[in-house]
Amino acid sequence: MSASPLSALPTVDDAVALGLTRDEYALVCDELDRAPNQVELAMFSLLWSEHCAYKHSKKLLRTLPTEGPRVVMGPGENAGAVDVGDGLAIAFKVESHNHPSAVEPFQGAATGVGGILRDIFAIGARPIAVLDSLRFGEPSSARSRFLLDGAVSGIGHYGNSIGVPTVGGEVYFEAPYEQNCLVNAMALGLAEARKMIRSAAAGVGNVLVLFGASTGRDGIGGASVLASAELGEADEDKRPTVQVGDPFEEKKLLECSLELLERGLLVSLQDLGAAGLTSSASEMASKGGVGVEIDVSLVPLREPDLEPFEVMVSESQERMLCVVEPGRVDEVLALCEKWDVHGTAIGSVTDTGRVVVRDGGTVVGDMPVAALVDDCPLYDLEPARPSAPLYATPAGTLSADAGPRETLLALLASPNIASRLPLFQQYDWIVQSRTVRRPEEADAAVLRLPNGRAIATSIDGNGRRVACDPYWGTVGVVLECASNLACAGAEPLGTTNNLNFGNPEKPHIAWQLTEAVRGIGDACRALDAPIVGGNVSLYNEGAEGPIYPTPVIGMVGEIPDPSRAGRLGFASEDDVIAFAGPFRPRIPGSEVAKLRGEPLPDGLPEVDVAAVRAAQEAIRDAVRAGELSNAHDIAEGGLLVAVAECCLAGDTGAQLDLGRAAAAGPELVDRLLFGEASGGFVVSGSEEAIGRLRERVDLHRLGRVGGDALTVALGGATIEASLAELREAHAALAPLFP
Amino acid sequence: MARVRVLVRPKEGILDPQGQAVEQALPALGFSGVRNVHIGRLIELDVEDEAQVPEMCEKLLANTLIEDFEVVRA
Amino acid sequence: MTTFGVIRFPGSCDEVDALHAARRVGDAKLLWHKDRDLHGVDAVIVPGGFSYGDYLRVGAIARFSPVMESVAEFARAGGLVLGICNGFQVLCEAGLLPGALLPNLERRFICRQLGIEVVSNDTAWTSACTPGDVLSIPVKHTSGRYYVPEDQLADLNVVFRYAHDGNPNGSTNDIAGVANADGNVVGLMPHPEHAVDPLTGSTDGLRLFESAVRERVPA
Repeated sequence: MSASPLSALPTVDDAVALGLTRDEYALVCDELDRAPNQVELAMFSLLWSEHCAYKHSKKLLRTLPTEGPRVVMGPGENAGAVDVGDGLAIAFKVESHNHPSAVEPFQGAATGVGGILRDIFAIGARPIAVLDSLRFGEPSSARSRFLLDGAVSGIGHYGNSIGVPTVGGEVYFEAPYEQNCLVNAMALGLAEARKMIRSAAAGVGNVLVLFGASTGRDGIGGASVLASAELGEADEDKRPTVQVGDPFEEKKLLECSLELLERGLLVSLQDLGAAGLTSSASEMASKGGVGVEIDVSLVPLREPDLEPFEVMVSESQERMLCVVEPGRVDEVLALCEKWDVHGTAIGSVTDTGRVVVRDGGTVVGDMPVAALVDDCPLYDLEPARPSAPLYATPAGTLSADAGPRETLLALLASPNIASRLPLFQQYDWIVQSRTVRRPEEADAAVLRLPNGRAIATSIDGNGRRVACDPYWGTVGVVLECASNLACAGAEPLGTTNNLNFGNPEKPHIAWQLTEAVRGIGDACRALDAPIVGGNVSLYNEGAEGPIYPTPVIGMVGEIPDPSRAGRLGFASEDDVIAFAGPFRPRIPGSEVAKLRGEPLPDGLPEVDVAAVRAAQEAIRDAVRAGELSNAHDIAEGGLLVAVAECCLAGDTGAQLDLGRAAAAGPELVDRLLFGEASGGFVVSGSEEAIGRLRERVDLHRLGRVGGDALTVALGGATIEASLAELREAHAALAPLFP
Repeated sequence: MARVRVLVRPKEGILDPQGQAVEQALPALGFSGVRNVHIGRLIELDVEDEAQVPEMCEKLLANTLIEDFEVVRA
Repeated sequence: MTTFGVIRFPGSCDEVDALHAARRVGDAKLLWHKDRDLHGVDAVIVPGGFSYGDYLRVGAIARFSPVMESVAEFARAGGLVLGICNGFQVLCEAGLLPGALLPNLERRFICRQLGIEVVSNDTAWTSACTPGDVLSIPVKHTSGRYYVPEDQLADLNVVFRYAHDGNPNGSTNDIAGVANADGNVVGLMPHPEHAVDPLTGSTDGLRLFESAVRERVPA
């Protein structure tokens, strides 16, 4: 240090520049009984940020159901976990990397994947799958295409290189995401439940070992205002840099961490994510009810002249922190060496209840753990339902007089519905030999487990419908995720969520957030699918307004027999096609309404959640019994799009007869063909199987599988689209990846 | 120690899709009259014995089946 | 029983898949990259992944690992060696197979189930196949465009081609895999170890492993 940290105390204005309020700064001074120095202010500003402290969302999140018979690890740890039988557990979590991806989509998305994978192996689970949830502006915008291309390449680069399959995901294109793209990544890991490890530091005198990549200025972000005065405009190379991911380093880190755990060498383990060492060390200390002391001069640096506060807040990727008994440090370091991973003892566990930061012999920071981790003020939201529409009416692309055939083809070509294979085939979806259902083979990805069973997993979040109605839209998101699982034959075990919203200090955003969390809670309770973890990303808005409120829901469910996992494609000529479930389709808020340029409605119809759950159970049981040739959830685009998707996935045509509906008039036909709602399924099977399903759920016969075209008889008129025409429309995203 | 730069580029005649992509992108940005874009690697190293660098290239830094290399004194 | 040794480099991804695939027909163990000892295995598999991060050039650094020195000796003595994807790239870099693998024409990673035609069954790893067989096996790679100089094409021992106009990467003559002149060393971009179980795909890839077993059993 060139200057004593106490001789150049930062001011309250520095604190404000770092994101603290004046009141929060005063509170920090109270906690310390003095003004914080540079290191301390940097650490407080990060741990008291929305990202780390959840200060605008924590009270809401406490309302979510988090307990259930299959929950092994709930919120608060690096990831949640559910029991999948025979002593095995599936750890999973979704996390956002929205802001970094908007700046540099390739590295932002790549490090997003890297971060969520570390969360998984930090609890001792081997990562077995990644899913991603992406939002961009319309693909007609060059910026959106740039972000899409970069994010997809980044996800693939990281996941493919580290040997974890990307088995599913979703992407939506909507104008409100133009300036604020969303990149959420969900990862799943497999562990022996008894070997999972928590992050609580314990054992006074135990050693903190940092291992993995060296520390640079990556992602120092806002804290850079604290840099010494000599850092002038010209010192470009000293500016905080974009975090760069190194999947090779993480692959070694992953194998090394799992072997350290396998050999029982660690007391606890934590990854370094947002706020780097600051948050890892403080949270480990907080959970263990102990103190920690760290000497920043021992931290291996990538650049020689990092200041202590920079070392403490650096977000350099691919690093882990563990607590080790003194007698086992040598073994731990030897194992690090085996994997060519750099390991260094940088501190110890103390009984002081304080985080002490030293730079060699000098103490450069000294704070109570509780002040850092627990005492950030939590804020009540002030929700107010907006009096005027928040979102512009989408620009219509489909003429008002388009008939059903033209509408079907336009929907299939819509960026929100077109085949995702041009994205998915840039991901390795088969490594680790668990993938029983690949992308677009079923509504959910299916992975087999070593105990002979399987899990299904899906991630969902139609933000436009949440924008129409934050409560019922969110209920719909949760239901759709569970419906996807049901079509694969899976029963939900647990849920993770990522809340992507605008600025919660604005009453209308607070209202969206409050209503959405209420929706998640009610729906997860109704489905017995408790929340085991999640993440919040707020302030996703710019001058043009907020993003669509986007709660992204990920679920994991179980399937007893992987050979019976459901498929979405029609499979057998002459099978009966039916639609099942309490499906009450409506045009407002749907994809077709967007194509027609209709404004977002103020509110969506209520949903009978219990009836939807009963339908899901009926479909799931029929799939598990091997009764159905296919099962597919009716989502964006409605019934006819769902049938077309079954045709495309099964490479076969279908003949539908909707003569009876046609008799009720064109408006009803439009609603039936293209309207959207929760709780509808397209299924096919033998006459007998469909008959048996009818005994359990509302079911209407639509027609039969066969031929090389989709034909729909509508009373006097018949519309027809060949498989080739459907396929061409459905391939609309391919040109985005030249 | 001498600072040496090794430039590695695709051998003539080897199809270079990265180079082609850039060559096609430049006119779209208004830069006309660009040809023969090739993308390779720059490797910088400090060495005690510069004379060893060509052998380093032959053995590791380049694959001479598909790449040419050029050693430049920095 | 035939024992397969599957090399594990830092950055290998498909080594466990190869291990389990080999165990369907024989015994199999992992070989550590820093260990020169091949532990008496009958056949060596150089697996897929991103050995040493594939930094510098795909496969370039792995070829200099201690275990690869022993693999080169083993191969020259007639030992059975199969390089899959990154393993194929490593074997080319090591000079155990001719040619090199260049970035895909589309410059992107490609993951796809493809038809792979067996061109030659006169190798240790395809003796259980018939020329003309089309195997359903996935590919997944960023650098799979096979290249040899024009004047070496005629003598090339081509073992697999992409069938049905399915060349995913721009490979010369649709080449998906080649062998050395003796046929004991084979490299291919497709992943036979990911085609061994009907639950997760096809079972066509097993034929390669069965070929190696047959090769080791005296007639």
